[in-house]
Order: sequence, then structure tokens, then C-alpha cells
Amino acid sequence: MQYQWDFGFLLQYKSLIATGVLYTIGFTIGTAVSGLLLGCLIALARLSTLRFVGAIVIGFTEIFRCTPVLVQLVWCYYALPMLTGIELSAATAAFVTLTLYGGSFFGEIIRGGIISVDIGQWDAGRALGMRRHQLMMRIVFPQAFRRMIPPLMNQTVLQLKNTSLLSVLAVPDLLYQGQLITSASYRPLETYTMIAVIYFILLFPLTRFAHRLEARGSH
Amino acid sequence: MSSDIMIELTGVQKSFGDFTVLKDITLNVKRGDVVALIGPSGSGKSTLLRSVNLLTIPEKGVIRVGSQTIDFSRAKSLPADKALAAFRARTGMVFQSFNLFPHMTVEQNVMEGPVTVLRMQKAEAKALAHDLLDKVGLADKATAHPESLSGGQKQRVAIARALAMKPEVMLFDEATSALDPELVGEVLSVIRSLAAEGMTMLLVTHEMAFARDVADRVIFMRDGCVVEEGEARQVIEQPREPATQAFLSHFHGGLN
Repeated sequence: MQYQWDFGFLLQYKSLIATGVLYTIGFTIGTAVSGLLLGCLIALARLSTLRFVGAIVIGFTEIFRCTPVLVQLVWCYYALPMLTGIELSAATAAFVTLTLYGGSFFGEIIRGGIISVDIGQWDAGRALGMRRHQLMMRIVFPQAFRRMIPPLMNQTVLQLKNTSLLSVLAVPDLLYQGQLITSASYRPLETYTMIAVIYFILLFPLTRFAHRLEARGSH
Repeated sequence: MSSDIMIELTGVQKSFGDFTVLKDITLNVKRGDVVALIGPSGSGKSTLLRSVNLLTIPEKGVIRVGSQTIDFSRAKSLPADKALAAFRARTGMVFQSFNLFPHMTVEQNVMEGPVTVLRMQKAEAKALAHDLLDKVGLADKATAHPESLSGGQKQRVAIARALAMKPEVMLFDEATSALDPELVGEVLSVIRSLAAEGMTMLLVTHEMAFARDVADRVIFMRDGCVVEEGEARQVIEQPREPATQAFLSHFHGGLN
């Protein structure tokens, strides 16, 4: 097979590509932050002594953990408006879905980190006369956080990869821009190779960083 | 209610599920007294100790430490977080497994209570921490991390941490049970010096010789009840109750 590689033509699409990168990074950071906040709430609700609160939250998170995020995206964008009568823009639907999906996983990681802290630490803080929030902020969370960082980083890596599904809703993320360029240039090989390389460049430092944190945390 | 009594438990009852751990316990500790709780494992002595500072919340009974009283017989719901915290701040507790805060240095461990709970200035708390570390013989370990310490050193830091709250009473939950035998002495000697200073202490212990020599009174518990209580030497050397005699017969080799 004789194929004439030519990456040069991609230069003329650089603003499209830049937009795609910005959308991908923006959605990753945005939904990682909102997902973390939601995850904290989920973790606190699951640790609550009120049993029905925990049960509701478990039900909620299992829905998001046990269905594909692509199905959730499509459902939220196409099906939800029929139920609620509220039209969501593609970007909003995508943001909401990735927040809920990410939050369900983040919540489990945060909860796991908190319950991994030895019960004796809670005893020691309480015995000093600490209030619940002081105990959480001063004693439990700092210890839990160290253990949470590697899995949180891994989940954030997944979150970035999942933004590629936004292209299905025509949100102009990196993959969607690639599809646009391909249909204009008829050069899928170079275009999609470049797209993959950009994802790799974004993710590789992140996974290395997570790996180093993991190595540091293990001793 | 005499002010001479520092710890007063009246009709304290606690169950875990169907199992009643504490059956109507009534107990007094006088100011400046050292009282040792002894008994077989599962007798409820640790649960009793933990209920004095409300780490375990009893279902029934009245608990008074110093000027603070909580009556569980009348309360419909659990005491609020704030009330529990204020109550606990007046007692110091030392645990079998030390429970030092691993993300803090030794001096930060000791400063944590005064700074976070009592809102003491950091400089003042640091000076206090250094005094207390000096007292337990660990002045040179102030900036060390807990994981670099031996068990005996950890437990002495834990004692300094509890003392930093200027507690009215100290509770020791098997403070030497997790230590290698050669490290038990250094912790016991710190407890002994606290006793000499007149600190009111309630301790759960398996060190019978120590209980006999340092405690003023000994309480023998079995199956959630106080079986025998009396002057330390008398209970350990001439127990009246057959259950106490049977329990103590396991220790006689080591009672020197």
C-alpha cells in the first residue's frame, strides 16, 4: 500500500483543533471540579447515619456506575426533554451527564478514602473534644486525601477520555473537530492520528503524575 | 453529690444489639485517686472506661465528670455534637493502640487539642507541648514523626497529647498492652509520676503488680458487672469473691 502521508494540510485547521483542545480540557476540568463537589456530597450522604439517605444515594450512584456514559449522554439530551419539557443545549446536557457520572465514581473513591482511616483516629480526635467538622478537616480528611489522590487522578484521566463521547451530541470537542476536518479534507488517517496523539500528549503526563503519587503513597 | 468525687457513674447501662455489656454500673472515683479496672476480656471494662468520656454512649444512667453531668435516663435523643465535644475536652484518654496522628509531627500532635479545641495561640501551645514532652522525657523528639518512634515513645507522646488539654481526669485504656515487655516500664513510670502529682485516673490494665502498687482502689469486673471493689492491695492479694480469686490466679506467677 502506497500512502502519501501529509500532515501539513492540518495547519490550516489549527484554530478548529485549538477549539477542540480547549473544549476537551475545559469539559475535563469543569466536570472534574463539579464531579468532585458532587462526589463529596455523595460520600457524606453515604456516611450519614440516616439510613434512607444512604440508600437513595446508593441507588443514584449505581444507575450512573452501571450504565454506559454514552447511553446516559444520549438519554439526557434526547429523552430527558420529553419527560421534563425542558430543552437542554448539547453542552449543558453533556456537562450535567459527565458531572453525575464522574460524581458517582468520585463519591465512591472519597467514601473509600474516609473509611480507610483507622477508627482509632476518630476516637483520638473525639477524646480531645473535637467537633465533628474539626475531626473531619483536621484529622480524617488529611489522611484520607493522601490515599485518595491516585484513584482520583485515574478517574480524572477517564473523565478526560470520556469527553470524546461529547462528539455524539455535536459538542465541538477534539474528536468532533477531527470528524469535521476529516469530512472536509478526506484525510482520516492523518487527522485521527493527530487527534490520538493530542489525547496522548494531554494524558501521558497525567498518568505519569498519578503513578508517581501512587509510588510515593505506598510507603 | 460531693465535689470530692471527680467521676461518678450511676446506673450506667449499655448494650450492643442483644448483648448487654454494662449492667447497671455505679462507680465513684475520688479526686486524686487512681482506680484500676481489672477483669477478663469481654467483661466490659473498656466499654465502661469509654463511656466515662462518652466515646461510647450509654442507654441509661448518669455520668458526671467534675462539674459536668449528662443524664441518659431522661434524654430522648443523643446529646448534640457540641455538648459531647465540650464534655470530652475535660477528660484525657490514652489508648492501647496510641492513635497518634500520623500526618503530624510529635509536637503538632500535642498542640492539636489546645489549638483546635481550646483556640490557644500557636506559640503558647508550642511552649506547652515542649513542657509536656520534656515531662514525658521526649523533648528531643518534638519534630519527629510518630512512625519513627518506638511503641513506648508513642504512648508517652499520647499521654502528653492528652495532658495538653489540662484534663480533670485521665483515662487509660490498656495503655501498655500493645507494648513490647521492655517498653512497658517507661510508660508505667510516666503514669506513676502523674499519680504522684495527684491526677485523678481511671485505668483499664492487665498489669496486676502495677495496679497493686500504684492504684488506690481496684475494681474487678465480670460480665458487665462490678464483682468486687476495694483497696488495691486487698483486692489483688486477698480477693473476697471467688470470681476475683479465679481471675487473679492466672497472674500469680508475675505478681512480684
